[in-house]
This record gives sequence, C-alpha cells and structure tokens, in this order.
Amino acid sequence: MADLAFDPKAVEQLSPPLVTGKPSLHEVTEAVSIHTELETHRNWYIALAISGSVTLLLGSMLAYLISTGIGVWGNNNPVGWGWDITNFVFWIGIGHAGTLISAILFLFRQKWRTSINRFAEAMTLFAVACAGIYPLVHVGRPWRAYWLFPIPNADLAMWQNFRSPLLWDVFAVSTYATVSALFWYVGLIPDLAIIRDRATTKLRHTIYGIASLGWRGSATHWKNYEKAYMILAGLSTPLVLSVHTIVSFDFAVSIIPGWHTTIFPPYFVAGAIFSGFAMVITLMVIARWVFKVEHLVTMTHLENMNKVILATGTIVGYAYATEFFIAWYSGNEYERFTFINRAMGPYAWAYWSMVSCNVISPQFFWFKKLRTNIPFMFVLSIFVNIGMWFERFVIIATSLHRDFLPSSWGYFRPTIVDILTFFGTFGLFITLFVFFTRFLPIIAVSEVKGMMIQTEHEKHYLPATTAGSPESVKAH
Amino acid sequence: MIQIEGIGNQTGKKFWRSLNELAATPKFKEWLVQEFPEGATDLLDSGSRRRFMQLMAASMGLAGLTACRRPVEKILPHAKGVEGLVHGAPQHYATVMNVAGQAQALVVEAIDGRPVKIEGNRKHPLSNGAANAWAQASILNLYDPDRSQQVLEKGKVSSWEAFAAAAKGTFVGDGEGVRVLSGAVLSPTLGSLRTALLAKYPKAKWLEYEAVNEDAALAGSELAFGDRLRPQYNLLKADVVLSLDCDFLQLDNPGLHVIRDFAKRRKAVDVGVSADHAGGHAATGHQATEHKADEHKAEEHKAPAPPAAAAAHTPAAPVAATEAATVNRLYVIENNFTLTGAQADHRLRLRAADVQAFAADLAREVGALPQGLKILGQSDKLIAALAKDLLAHKGRSVVMAGPRQPAVVHALAAALNQTLGNLGETVTFTRAGRESSATAITELGKEIGAGQVKTLVVLGGNPVYNAPADLDFAAKFKSVATTIHLGSEVDETAVASTWHLPESHPLESWGDAASPDGAISLQQPLIEPIFKTKSAIEVLSLALGMSTSAYEQVKAQSKLDDAAWRQALHDGLIAGSQSATVKPALNAKAVEAALAAAPKPAAGIEVVFAPSASTFDGRYANNAWLQEAPEPMTKIVWDNPALVSPKTAKELKLEEGSVIVVERAGRKVEAPVLVQPGHADNSVTLTLGYGRTAVGRVGTGVGYNAYLLRTSDAMGFGTGVTITKSSRTYSLVTTQEHHDQAGRPVVREATLAKYKEEAQFASHEDAHIELFQLFDSYDYSKGNQWGMVVDLQSCIGCNACLVACQSENNIPVVGRDQVSKGREMHWIRLDRYFTGTEDDPEVVHQPMACQQCENAPCESVCPVAATVHSPEGLNDMAYNRCVGTRYCANNCPYKVRRFNYFNWHKDLEEVGKMVFNPDVTVRMRGVMEKCNYCVQRIQEVKIAHKVNGRKPIQDGDVLTACQQTCPAEAISFGNLNDPESAVSKLKKNNRNYTLLHELNVKPRTTYLAKVRNPNPELA
Repeated sequence: MADLAFDPKAVEQLSPPLVTGKPSLHEVTEAVSIHTELETHRNWYIALAISGSVTLLLGSMLAYLISTGIGVWGNNNPVGWGWDITNFVFWIGIGHAGTLISAILFLFRQKWRTSINRFAEAMTLFAVACAGIYPLVHVGRPWRAYWLFPIPNADLAMWQNFRSPLLWDVFAVSTYATVSALFWYVGLIPDLAIIRDRATTKLRHTIYGIASLGWRGSATHWKNYEKAYMILAGLSTPLVLSVHTIVSFDFAVSIIPGWHTTIFPPYFVAGAIFSGFAMVITLMVIARWVFKVEHLVTMTHLENMNKVILATGTIVGYAYATEFFIAWYSGNEYERFTFINRAMGPYAWAYWSMVSCNVISPQFFWFKKLRTNIPFMFVLSIFVNIGMWFERFVIIATSLHRDFLPSSWGYFRPTIVDILTFFGTFGLFITLFVFFTRFLPIIAVSEVKGMMIQTEHEKHYLPATTAGSPESVKAH
Repeated sequence: MIQIEGIGNQTGKKFWRSLNELAATPKFKEWLVQEFPEGATDLLDSGSRRRFMQLMAASMGLAGLTACRRPVEKILPHAKGVEGLVHGAPQHYATVMNVAGQAQALVVEAIDGRPVKIEGNRKHPLSNGAANAWAQASILNLYDPDRSQQVLEKGKVSSWEAFAAAAKGTFVGDGEGVRVLSGAVLSPTLGSLRTALLAKYPKAKWLEYEAVNEDAALAGSELAFGDRLRPQYNLLKADVVLSLDCDFLQLDNPGLHVIRDFAKRRKAVDVGVSADHAGGHAATGHQATEHKADEHKAEEHKAPAPPAAAAAHTPAAPVAATEAATVNRLYVIENNFTLTGAQADHRLRLRAADVQAFAADLAREVGALPQGLKILGQSDKLIAALAKDLLAHKGRSVVMAGPRQPAVVHALAAALNQTLGNLGETVTFTRAGRESSATAITELGKEIGAGQVKTLVVLGGNPVYNAPADLDFAAKFKSVATTIHLGSEVDETAVASTWHLPESHPLESWGDAASPDGAISLQQPLIEPIFKTKSAIEVLSLALGMSTSAYEQVKAQSKLDDAAWRQALHDGLIAGSQSATVKPALNAKAVEAALAAAPKPAAGIEVVFAPSASTFDGRYANNAWLQEAPEPMTKIVWDNPALVSPKTAKELKLEEGSVIVVERAGRKVEAPVLVQPGHADNSVTLTLGYGRTAVGRVGTGVGYNAYLLRTSDAMGFGTGVTITKSSRTYSLVTTQEHHDQAGRPVVREATLAKYKEEAQFASHEDAHIELFQLFDSYDYSKGNQWGMVVDLQSCIGCNACLVACQSENNIPVVGRDQVSKGREMHWIRLDRYFTGTEDDPEVVHQPMACQQCENAPCESVCPVAATVHSPEGLNDMAYNRCVGTRYCANNCPYKVRRFNYFNWHKDLEEVGKMVFNPDVTVRMRGVMEKCNYCVQRIQEVKIAHKVNGRKPIQDGDVLTACQQTCPAEAISFGNLNDPESAVSKLKKNNRNYTLLHELNVKPRTTYLAKVRNPNPELA
C-alpha cells in the first residue's frame, strides 16, 4: 500500500478527481457564471412558460381550496389527513439532502460536496417552500393559520398548546427554512461578488453589488466568511436530524396504531436523506448536461450520492422489517392488524409499490456498473422518490383508514384537486429552479476553486513533505 | 391656519390681506358669509378647529361603523306583554302530532316564539318523554323552504279567496258526486266535521286511506272476534314475546310505550346475578339488586306519576317486584332483518308468505287449533320449544302479528293469545271504527272509473303516489272534474289536482288527536302559520261555511271547562280519555275456517313492501335529517335498496349494487340490491316511500318507487315474483362499511347462563394493563362530574337519539355524495355489528358519541388548544379557536369527531335557518365539532340553579338530547360524584365496561354489555 501514495495514478484510483479535464480557475468561473450573463436563451423562456403555468395551476387550486373548503380534497372522516400531509412530509424529506450536503458533509470535510452543495441547498429551500404551503392551507381556516405561531394576537389571546407535535412542527420547519436560507445565502456571497465583478451593465452591477454585501475577497473577509460558514454549518447539523424527527413526532406521539411507534425518528431521517439524495441525482443529471458542467459535477459525485442512496435505502428497508417484527412481537392486536392491513388490505398496492421502489430498487447500486450508469441512476432516483412518496401515503392513509373501531373504517380517494395541487407544487419547485439557474451560480465557484487548489497542493507537496505513509495523506 | 378672525387678538406679527380684513369691519364679516356661505360662521368661531376635528372624528367613526358586519335588524316589541316571557329563555308547550300515521304526544321547546326542538311528553303514558326519529325530525318540515306556500289552481298561483269563491259552487245540493279522501282521521274535531259534512251533504262520501295501515289487524280481529278491534300490548307483563313478522320496535311500533316496556324487561337481566369477586369491580350481587330497585326509583323521579286516569292505563304502571324479576325472552319470525329481529333471543328467518304456516303450526302445537298436518316441516324443533315456553308462561306471554301479514295471521295470533290466557293480561283490545284503507281506495277507484265522482277532496295524503298500482289511480284522479288537494307539499297529487291548498304544519294550527290507546291530546300552535296555510279543520270549516275558528271547535269538541281545558293544554292530554277496553270472545271455528280458506302461498320468490325508517310511506321524503339518518339495519342513506339474503343473491348472481328488475303481475320496478345477512331466502324486501317525482329539492328522485309494484291484493307482500339482473350497477352509500368487529371486543355480549356464571364477563374482556402514573391526575372528586352509561341491552338502534342530537345541536346535513366520501356530521352514530353466520347472524347496536375521555388524546395534539378539558370532565370544543388541523380527529380512537369540510349552511334559505337552536353555535366551515354531552343544557340548568339559590343539581335535572328522547331508556347521564345518581349506580353494574380500556384514555361514557336469554332447550 505504501507505494500507492507516491503514484499519482493510484491516488486517483483511490480518490478519483472531483474536477476532471483540469480546467484553469478562470475556466471554472466562466463555466459557472456564463449562464447568468448570456442573452436569455429561448429554451429558458420555454422552461419558464411550462413551469410557470403549472405554478399558476397550483395557485388556482389553492384559491379554489381556500375559497371552498378542505372538502375539495379527498380527506374524510377516518382519514383526516390525506395527500396534504403526505406531500408536506414528502417535500420536507426532499429538502433534507441539501442541509446534509452543506452542513454535515462540510463538517466532515467531504470535499466532493463542493460541486453539488449549492444546487442541493437550493433544492432544499425550494422543497421547503413547496412543503411549507401544505401546513398553511391544509387547515380548515387558513386565514387563521397564523394562530399556530406564538405571535401576540387579539383573536386567540392565549398561548398555543405546547404539547402538540404540530406546534413543534411549526418551530422545526420554520427554523429549518430560516437557517437553510441563511446558510445558502452566506455561501452565495463570494460567488455573487464574482458576478458583480464581471458585470457589464450598471443594473447588474448594482443588483449583484447589493446582494454581495460589499464582498471584496480580502483575507479578513475570507476569515469571517469561513467562520460564519462554519457556525451556520454547526447550527444546521442538528437541524438535519431534528426536522424530520419532529415531523415524525406528528405521528409517533399519537395513539393510532401504525403511527404510535418509537422507530419513527431515525426511520424518517434516513428516509428523508434517501429521498433528498434521489432528488439531487434526478436534478443534477439534468443540470450538468444542460449547463455543460460535467467536468465539475463528475461521476464521482454521482456515485457517492448513489452510495448514500444505497445506504439509506437499506436502513429504510430495515425499518420496514422492524415495524413488522414489533407489530408481531408486541402482541398488540391493533398494531398487528394495521400492518397486516398495510400489506394485504385495500392499500396493499400502495404498500408494495413502496417496498419495491424503496427497498428493492436501491439494491441495484451494489453494482458499480449500475451505480455509474447515468440513465439507470436517473430512472432509479425517480423510482426512489415515487417510493418515498408512497411511504408517507402508506403511513398516513393506511393507519388512519382502519384504526380501532371497525364501524368507523373508511377509504381515502384523492380528488382531481388533490392531484393537481401536488402537480402544481412541482411547477413551483421547477419555476424556482428555473430562476435560480438563470440568475445565480449553480455551483459554488469559490469552494470548487479552493478545493482544486487544495487538491493540487496535496498532490504536489504531500508525498515529499511527509514520511510517505498513506495514513498521513488521509490525516491531512 | 384659519385664524383670520383673530387678527385683532394675535400676539405675533399681524398679517392682513386687505384693508377690510385689517379693520375687521362688519361689512367684511358679511362678505365672508356671502363668499363662503357654508361653514363661514365656523371660520368666525374661535372653537372651529376643535369642531373640525370632532366632525372628522365623528364621520370617521360613522364610516367605520357602517363597515361593521352586524346586520340591521328590526325589533318589534310585543304590543301586549306576554306573561312569563323572558327573551331568549325557552318555553315548553305540550302538543300532539300525527307522526307516521300515529298521534304522538309531544312537548315542543320554543325560543322567542320560534319552535326549535321537539320532545316527547313525559305526562303522556305512551310517550313518557320519548319521541321517535320521525317526530324529532318533523320540526325540519316546519321550516322546509320547499313547503307548499300558496294556493294553486291548475299549477298557477291563486288565493284562498279565489278558492273560497270556487268552493261555494262546488259544495252545493246534496253532495252528489262529492268524495272526501283523507288519511286516517285521528282528530276528534275532524271527525265531528266529517259528521257535519256528511249531514249537510248526505250523498257525499268520506274515505280514509293510509298506504301503511292497520287493515290486516282490524280484519284479523273481525275474523277472530267479529269486531274491528285494535290490540293493545302490555310488554311489561310479558315473559315471552313472539313476533310474527311484527317489527314492534320500529316500523310497526304500536306506541312508544311498547319499546319502553320491552326494554324494561330486557334490563331485568341484572336481577339475581351474583357478583364475580375475581373481577376488578366492587359491585356485589346485593348492590346489583339494590341498583335495580334504585333505578326504578330514578325512573319515577324522571317521570312524575301520570294523572290518576292515565295511571289506570297499564303501560305506565310501575313494575311490580315479581314482574321485574326476570328478563323476557323474544322470538321473532320475520323475512327481513329488522330492529326487532336484532333484539331476538331466537330468530327464524322465513318468507313473509310462510309466516302464516308457522303461525298455524304453532297454534296446533299450543292447542289453539285442533291438531292437523304440520305445514312447515323444518322448524319443528323451534315450534315445539316455543310452544312449551309459551305454555309455561300462560297469561305472561304475548303473540304479536305484523301489519304486512294477512288477516288470518292476526286471527291466529288472537287465537294463540286466547289459548295462552293472555287476553286481558298482556293483550287488551280497544274498538277502532276504522274501515279498510285498501277497500276504501279500491272503491273510490271504481267510482271514479264509473264516472260517479265529480269532486274529489284529498285532505292530506298523496294517493296519486301511494295508491295501489293496480288501480291506475293517477289517471283516474285526473279524470275527476274537480280535484282539491290539501297538503303540506306540492306533491304528485297536488300537481295533478285542480286546486292545491297549502296545509299548515301541526305546530302552526289548532287541532287534537287520539293516540293508539284512544287518549286525546290537544294540538296547540306554537307559531303563526309561516306561509299562507290552513289546517284540515280550517279548510273543512271553510267548505262548510262555518265561522267558528279551529280553536273554538277544538275547545268545543273537548267538552272541557276553562280550568280543565287549561290543564289539558298544559298536560298535553285530556285526562281519562283513553278508549275503554273490550273483552271480546274468540270464535275459534271462524279462525279455523279462515285458515282453511286462506290461499296457500306459492313457492318461489316473494316481494315484501315495508315502510321506510326514514321516509315512512313517503311523507318524510323531503326531510333531509331523515334521509341522511342511516337505515338502522343496513346503514344505507339516501336510498332504498332491495334487500335479499346472501343465499338468494348467490343463486341469482347478485352483488351489492347490482340493479335488478323485480316483476310481478306485469308490473316491474328496477332497484339496486343490497345483500342483507339474516334476510329470508327467496324473498326480496322493497322499501316504500322513495322515488318521489314531485316533492321538494331534498326528496325528488331519491331511490325508486316501490309502490309501482304494490297492488291492492299484495299490500304487505306478494308471491309470484321474478327477478332479473340487469347489466347496470348502482353505488349505494352507507355510513358503515364494515359489519363485523374484526375480532375485537367492541360490543360485548353473553348469554344469560354465562352472565350468571361470570357476572363481570364484559370487563374481563379488557386487555390487562398495568400503568405507572408519572404525574398526579387532575382531581375530579369535586363538583359535578358528568358521565354517561349506555345500556346495549336495551338500545334498539332506532335513530331517535341521532335525530334528536341533530336537532338539538344544529348538525348539518351533507347529502348523499358527501356521505359517500365519509363526511357525515352526526355527533352520535349507531354502530351496528353482525356476529355469527352470514345466514343467521345476530346484531348489536352501539350508540357512539364522544366518550369525553379524561386522558383525551384529541386535547394534547391540538396546536391551538381549541379542545380542552373542563373541570367537570367535559372535553370542550372552542369552535372559534379551532383552525381545523384535523389532528384531533385523527388521534381520536373512537373516531367521533366531525369536521366541516365545506360550509354546509351555504345554500340555506332564511326560513331554513329558523330551525337552529339559538343555544348552540352554528359551526362554520373548517372547524371540528363533536358531542359535548349537550353542554348548553348543562349550563342552562346550572344557571337556573344558581339563580334559584345555589341548590345542588339533582340527578335527572340535566338530560342530554339523546337520553331524553330514547324510547328504550338506554342512555343514562348524570353526576358521577353523586353516589345516588343513576349513572353512578350503573357504573357499578356488573355489565359495565369501558370501550378500548387498554388505551387508558379513561372515557366518561361506558357501556353495559348485552345479555341474551336464549331458550336452553334450543341450545
């Protein structure tokens, strides 16, 4: 092994390059910034028109919902939550990858995150925006939704009920959205300054100038920036775990069989990372091709993410098995029935869709060939997201539709409004992305550059200056 | 800024614009007024700026005021003060109403002159405070915006004056060609008017037709006794009850007292049951017996002793100790699975056509008929055991025959009762002068066909819709020169009539009515007619040219002096007006001969025509509360499926929702199928009262019209039916999709033998849990702690509580589509569970409303604290605080919370809003609602007690709406901290159990398990 450290090729094999083709720093800047500077492409308008129309559809569905009542959805008496909370948890889960990549991987010095973190963080924000819609509009009287916030108001004239997991949710999600947005913005500052400096018009100069908060790239700036970034990363890290833990409390704290289970927090977090990474793959595969940044977002990135998908997918599968085991082992007849009903009842189709998408499909990633096959991973990432949507649907609908008293059992069917609203949130998600790709650098330029310099530095100097042990390479 | 006037007083440097101004000459001042005429003097006034600000503030204030949403309402004071009237306080008036063809004594609550709630009359021996679902719901008919509101002449709006003028020309001479068709005349005043009319017009005829009638019973008594007699049952004395296709607890109920008496004997199951010391409860056998005695005391407390005359009437008499000693035993022979069948200890499902043979076989076995060949072979064992049981309880048993059975079955029942010595004991007879409905309408049809009828007056009723199909009545009706129809809705008959007259609601008009036992109650109006309507009495007076008002006529008819009249109005009953009982002599030979002459029913499929639990014979079709009340056995809403047995369905390859064509004697109807476990094979039950074509917006086009198949020879049932399956399917809407308990101890039931062996079998079914309490529980040991006990032993599942709750708590109706989506709003539902086999199941009903858990799972999850616990143990709803997350409903293990998915009141018209109880919030869309033990009633009583000197609330002072109306007295409610309260005692009953005990939610409502009393010989 010892000689491997001296062989650049062997090093490359062990830790493949995160930037291929050896571009110069200027070329990296070019590649990332150019799309914000060129004349708006016709395709961009087409993309905006399509996604914008779908967003308008979302708007009209929400207007219809708010003006008419929750009854326009399929929610009914045993199933008080249907697609609303399913979609909320789905989108919140999608958002998880962003924070994980930006915060935890940052703290763990995973260099491969640099090319994808901007994109993933943007995805987090947009997914949280989509998710945030649901808790607000799913309430019967959305015009009173602000009562969920502990702000002084004359109408309620009292504190909220701090025992309610739904209230914890409000704090968890709003904290998460705030910190994610800040983190994202702080990371953007040096890159915004690059665009400002390259600006050719007064308007661009002014807008990006204001947005970059007077960034000059001085050593002091960098020092403060690095510190702020580190602190925010530190703040975000517990949030990665807390948000979905608290979302899972909505279910775990209740007494409904199928919900009332202590495995939910880790199981939800793993599921969220699972779905978040799948979504990053879906979007990244498209984006690196459209913006021609294949050399910055390399196969190594994609493969690493696929490994995370494999790991979390397996955790999720294990959680499913554990749920069944506990249902049997507990001897609780309601719990047993709920799980038998999940697998064999009227929603068995949903359950088995979930299992095949979430448990079976990621196992293909054990094979490197499949893990590095772009069309395959694209399709699989979509499967994973379908599966994760079904997971939330299965947890919510199958647990509620048949609980304790058989007399009140029912069945949930979505309405066209349910479907179009969900479809519309994708419109919003894509629209936000369309704007993001047009006006902001989609890759963290400064971080990639820093990583490039650092890697070069390591390659040239490390073997000579150390005793040549591979351990010390890693230790660095 | 406008200080020009003060030039002379200015302290600073003086500025002036003209010499005149400087001089402040009077001329300048005059000019100023001319130049700025309005407000010019203000300019001269030193206080103008302040005034200006005042005016601005006032106009801002006024502008703001107009933006407030409080509507402008005109208040009209009473021209004369009304004695005892307190604005907003409820007032109660006793009255009577024709409810599904039967007079029911009621007490109606009015608030500020607006009737809002119907209750039974506690002082009436038949009601004893109970009212059935139809009575409860008829308040909605009063405020139905689709009610007939105007006189119509050939469909065009006319007036009463025009009708009066036309009537003068119609009612002339000797009444040749004049026919009056009314429903069963229950009103003595109307009876007198009939006499007066027939005296004035001797050639006129008055006929009574009810689609659902007592023809068979009266014809049966004519066969058996040679007299048209109505049986009166005393189930309080009956140890053994046999129903021959008689749904005496619901559709064929001969008076609510029958339910109450039956239930009392059902509840006697606790007597003599020893305690189970192994159980967790502390109750002992001694306590159980004591409880029984105390319960009777409580009954008496609730219902003050009836007037002396009424006390003579057996049903109201208190139970003698010996009578209460045993639980009764019920045998039911029927084709459809009815509520009575659900209570049976032994139930034989038999084609309705075969009941006659069963009755004959039994009569032979008992010895009521001479020995002969057994007709039915297969039920020998049951017949032998039943006969033995009946004979062992001579004078203490009863045989009841149902109205769909032919006269000969009623005669056989009479013979059986005679042989068993029941006459004068459990069965007495009163005279009923009523003629046969079927004969009347057939004769009328013949006369019209022969052209003998020139003027036909229909006083209430809807013969065009519900006359037997073979009469072709609709066409005949149109051929009559002048037809006058009085009715409360513009129905099928109204549309076909020359004149349609809008009829007043019983709550709008004076009248009287005799209940089935003959006792006369006075009908007093609570409100002026809302529309231009008249009652039958008023219309007849108009036709007869009488000038006396309905009030005067009713008062004259009562023959009471002022004091007695006032007393009768107050009590809702004329004391001592019950019909005298007659002691008829049985003509056994005639019964035998009739049996021999009776046609033997053909084999094959029969069709049975049953009234609907919702619309009855169609008269309540436009009542949305009733349409949405789930049919008690099928739980179907807004429809009348054809019911068949699982076996017949299999043979004919039918499934739920298959549309079948039922054909008989050349007539056919199409109906969707519902496979009803426990239904007799080769029998199809069609429900009458649906498929209305002309009624309001609620009832039009709901279901199919079974009358199209019902001919005058088959008013109850008919054989020779063919059923063909069509290719179409239809989706039936039910409120309960799962019929079994999935193996869970939801309703708990045992046989009497098991109960005696293991008294606390019900609580033994609880999962054993040991819980460690982390925090101190709230101290509930002080004050009123409300609790409820529902006795599954006596609950018959009749929906009376459901409709009472709907009326009391302003519960909206959501319609068929929304129920199909699971969004019905009923706060109390009647869960129905089947046990046993598909062919011969047993059924238990379980009323299910909010259980008011002490550890309420709904409360902890509400983010805005909209549902919180009261110190009295109620799980309160703060509607105006609710944002509608629905989390509470999800977390409710009993799923009793109801969410307003839409604004259900959006399309409500002004008159429709009058039905709302002003004591209860009308919930807006987006909020959660549920049962709260009628908290408004609790508060009302608490306030009253506070006002009256802080007396503690006695047991029985607060009655929830469901409890108050329950004919079976299955619901007890009261203060758990009062050891003497009925509810506290019932909580100690051996049969008491907590549903979902293992969840540790500590509900305040508990249930008493059901115990059946099967005949050991048939085990």
